Amino acid sequence: MSVRKIIVGLKRVIDYNVRVRVRPDGSGVETDGVKMSINPFDEIALEEALRIKEQGKADEIIVLSIGASESQQQLRTGLAMGADRAILIETNENLDPLSITKVFQKIISQENPNLVILGKQAIDNDNNQTGQMLAALLEWPQATFASKISLNDTKAEVIREVDAGLETIEINLPAIITVDLRLNEPRYVKLPDIMKAKKKPLDVIAFGDLDITPNDAIKILNTEPPEQRQKGIMVDNVPALIKELENKGLI
Amino acid sequence: MNKILVIAEHNGTEINGSTNKCVTCASKIENCEIDVVVFSKNGDILASKAAKIDGVNKVIKIDGDINEFSLAAIIAPQIKHISSDYSHIFGPSTTFGKDLMPRVAALLDTNQISDIMEVITSHSFKRPTYAGNAILTIEVAKSEKIIATIRTASFTAAENNNNANIDTVSHDIQLPDHTKYISLQSGKSDRPDLQTAKKVVSGGRALASEENFKIIYELADSLGAGAGASRAAVDAGYVPNEMQVGQTGKIIAPDLYLAIGISGAIQHLTGIKDAGTIVAINKDEDAPIFEVADIGLVGDLFKIIPELKAALDG
Repeated sequence: MSVRKIIVGLKRVIDYNVRVRVRPDGSGVETDGVKMSINPFDEIALEEALRIKEQGKADEIIVLSIGASESQQQLRTGLAMGADRAILIETNENLDPLSITKVFQKIISQENPNLVILGKQAIDNDNNQTGQMLAALLEWPQATFASKISLNDTKAEVIREVDAGLETIEINLPAIITVDLRLNEPRYVKLPDIMKAKKKPLDVIAFGDLDITPNDAIKILNTEPPEQRQKGIMVDNVPALIKELENKGLI
Repeated sequence: MNKILVIAEHNGTEINGSTNKCVTCASKIENCEIDVVVFSKNGDILASKAAKIDGVNKVIKIDGDINEFSLAAIIAPQIKHISSDYSHIFGPSTTFGKDLMPRVAALLDTNQISDIMEVITSHSFKRPTYAGNAILTIEVAKSEKIIATIRTASFTAAENNNNANIDTVSHDIQLPDHTKYISLQSGKSDRPDLQTAKKVVSGGRALASEENFKIIYELADSLGAGAGASRAAVDAGYVPNEMQVGQTGKIIAPDLYLAIGISGAIQHLTGIKDAGTIVAINKDEDAPIFEVADIGLVGDLFKIIPELKAALDG
């Protein structure tokens, strides 16, 4: 038996090369005219799903995004990379992780995938929650921070990047896997694939139709830039460095 | 009264310093009582170590073969089981806590607060987003149980001079068998742990080979420091992954940080900006690392490091 269907989450975020600027009024970060892309960890998740399918171990890959209408651009990119179809849950609200998790849960109950691959975190809010929460609500196993995934029949063996080194666990399918940076290098999209992707199905569902009440218990009061470190002094040689360190009581 | 439960991180024999840091964070909350829970196979020794952490009211020890490997899917339901008395449940924002705490939050039908870096009130906190480039001040409704990970680099470790009571708790809740621990591959080293070391020496791409990294290890040993690396050095295969310092590796706050042959990519700087004193040694005087370094020295690291080591050993 192989993995029948894989769902991959794709989030539209500020491109990782953009230097993020906090708005002077503390209302958030500047997004006007800023380049947007697929969250890099999600791109790695999709690449892994594509490789699993190319090895003949999966039949269908669905990319799922939750966000404003513009997220269709990122879903089209996912289709151009090789996903089979896309679903956008459209909302202009900035949803909390638990509500996003409940959206995934609902789509999973309709689609019945036996593997869900997500980025370990999105590089905007840096929450690192959705995969673990989804596994909890579905009562599925989770393998977070994956740097290698091996699938066999009804199980996955996953190497996880943990603080102490590389941990290997074995999980039963269906399962949630969240991916880390070193899992793979995502492919580039080729022009003919972009043309082909335009014909692939992309369903848009209004968030309001899913009957999920957002959790608004956490309010953001302010956004500010971090405190900057001050530039220090330059020394000319090792004895001068030693003297400075001794003066600070560090050696 | 705010009752706070801290989930202990350990490796089977030692309580990780991240636990002490969580206790420090918890102690910033007004009118609080802090309990620590230890899940392990046989936690007698671990619990007695946790009971030493200053500020701890009581240690809860939950033993079982199933708790041997700290698997999130196994521990989360047990935390839920003992959660009702607590207003706050904290874990460290290490890979252990990041794996576990969202699973706990979802079981309790609430969101997690990720990476608390500052406590303002019992229900208001600061946390970083956008790789530390935008700091949020958030407020949580008083009705909500607070499940959070604690950004360990933002808090000092509580000392170990306490003697708290230990409660042994048993339960018969059904736990899943869908997750099996296989192994841990770890670059064993006698050097101080990166995340708790007072001094850290890191090398970058300029070291140019796995062999050359020896001079970083030797300098670290002369200083009694932990050894780290930039992502470029890890990706080039000079050192194992767990040595990576930075946004996608370990976020650290040693008293002294030596960045050697590291240019200072944003993602690396995010991992060290809470360090006490940053020393940068680099042959490129325009390297961004000098913008944040307290002390900079321009030159050839292969000449400077042996000289520095000789002076330290002298």
